[in-house]
Amino acid sequence: MGRYILRRLLQALPLLFAISVASFAILKATPGGPLAAYEGNPNFTEEDRLRLEHAFGLDRPLPIQYLSWLGSFLTGDWGYSFAHHLPVLTLIGERLPNTLQLMGTVFIVVLLLAIPIGVTTALKQYSVFDHVVTGTTFTFLSTPTFWLGLLLIIIFGLWLRWLPLGGIQTPGSEFDIIDRLRHLILPVATLSLVQIGSHVRFLRASMLETIAQDYMRTARAKGLAERVVVLRHALKNAAIPLVTVVALDLPELFVGALVTESIFGWPGMGRLFLDAAFRSDYPVLQGILAVSSTLIVLSNLLADVAYGYLDPRIRYS
Amino acid sequence: MATKSVAIPVTIELRSAQRSQWSMALERFRAHRPAVLGVFVLATLALLSAAAPLVSPYDPDKTALLLIYEPPSLAHPFGTDDLGRDLATRILYGGRVSLSVGLLAVAVAVSIGTLVGVVAGYYGGWIDSILMRFVDMMYSFPRLFLLILFGVFFKGMTIGVIVLVLGVLSWMTTSRLVRATFLSLKNREFVEAARCVGASDRRIIVRHLLPNSLAPIIVAATLGVAAAIIAESTLSFLGLGIQPPTPSWGNMLNHATSDMDKAPWIAIFPGLFIFLAVVSINFIGDGLRDALDPRHVIRGDS
Repeated sequence: MGRYILRRLLQALPLLFAISVASFAILKATPGGPLAAYEGNPNFTEEDRLRLEHAFGLDRPLPIQYLSWLGSFLTGDWGYSFAHHLPVLTLIGERLPNTLQLMGTVFIVVLLLAIPIGVTTALKQYSVFDHVVTGTTFTFLSTPTFWLGLLLIIIFGLWLRWLPLGGIQTPGSEFDIIDRLRHLILPVATLSLVQIGSHVRFLRASMLETIAQDYMRTARAKGLAERVVVLRHALKNAAIPLVTVVALDLPELFVGALVTESIFGWPGMGRLFLDAAFRSDYPVLQGILAVSSTLIVLSNLLADVAYGYLDPRIRYS
Repeated sequence: MATKSVAIPVTIELRSAQRSQWSMALERFRAHRPAVLGVFVLATLALLSAAAPLVSPYDPDKTALLLIYEPPSLAHPFGTDDLGRDLATRILYGGRVSLSVGLLAVAVAVSIGTLVGVVAGYYGGWIDSILMRFVDMMYSFPRLFLLILFGVFFKGMTIGVIVLVLGVLSWMTTSRLVRATFLSLKNREFVEAARCVGASDRRIIVRHLLPNSLAPIIVAATLGVAAAIIAESTLSFLGLGIQPPTPSWGNMLNHATSDMDKAPWIAIFPGLFIFLAVVSINFIGDGLRDALDPRHVIRGDS
């Protein structure tokens, strides 16, 4: 197991390196570069430009610039936001918990619903329930997240007036768990409905494959209760690949969170990214891209390790 | 297997076998009712969009101050928008943009993906490792984040730019599929046989291996069109894709958030068309998968 984890870690390193190079490239591709503010200023001579470039280290070779950038990035110096005049790390630190709250709730809701639904559709293949679920998940898989969000706001916020239209809490009020939950319902519903389809479909297929196996017949033949056969023997094996699927869907979840945050005015990282995009706030864009892709690589790594732990065949191949 | 018979009949047999293979696939596709319905709906959408000036009496860009926020009526079946433009007309013209962006972006993606997949799968070795690590890296960025970055670089996108950018960010699935079929087939007897009679790499790739990757490529490309339409509409909805006044199904929803209380139809109808197009394409993709990969159906996951 230790060797397997080590191998996976070593495989993730080049990936993280490539991501850091790409992030660095984004900063270098900034139109006009860091000195763009001085352009067109008649008092800003060629001599001044060279002097500043030397002071900022912009005249050094690119690999050296990359290394010094990487050094400060790793030590937590992510630069300052052009728009907010705050350190990027502080800004992201403020917003990341809100995004994780949204994504975490969605993650739990989706798993809690997808597993029983997926198992039931597989056990009752071609039943009315199976057809309804297959049709519904297919519908939501084809629905653009932002449109679903708009529809839910119109129906539950504007017409029925059951839930707030957006935001993270009622303006001017203190933090209150009921209030927060009411604000969470619509964004979480939006994201969960879009996300749940792929998990249900995957689990259904995986369950169908598992219940056709010989050991299922053996388990039944030795007189085990159907419940035990389904949950212990079938689901346990069928759910293993779900670990990978969940991890692979994480980029989708980040994207969904960005869209949902922008529709519902949820003050998370996705909205920060979008605001930064409109203001060409490159340090913030770069920081968020680095955070999200690092989280994605790490969660894939975690999923691989979990997969190897759950299914020993993987470890030795 | 037909390949084991004598030389001359082989080609003839293969040709006829191939033809019946495709006609069998067509038969299976026809039996998939949702997919047939999808073809019908999509064709209708495409035709109506293409014939937009004939179908609609209105100018998609002409504003009418007296007709702002008209609710749906006989004259304006989907109502009018914040500038008094007929929503139905703009949806038809928007369909031209959204549907062609989806198709063209996938054309770009499939070309890149096939090229990368062929090189990685056929030549293997360190080229394969590097290309696949690159694919891994592309997968670890959330695609919309990169799209937004490009949107910033290009200050909002024209149709050509968005097609290229979407294509450049969406080729990875195709490349993995092509690589996988190449890896599993390149050491099989029929490839060995081709090499023995002196076929060049190029000929082996184009005539013997690529045709075998066609089925998964077609399925992935179809589903890719749906994904590209959603990506374009999302980006345009956020204000970083196709810029108004050119209508796209996404940017028509751009102002919907602020108009939702007085004119919910602006938020409802353009999105409904994205949904219709995407659901039809996904059905077609499903039908194609059943038609082209029968093993899939037998396994039971539809």
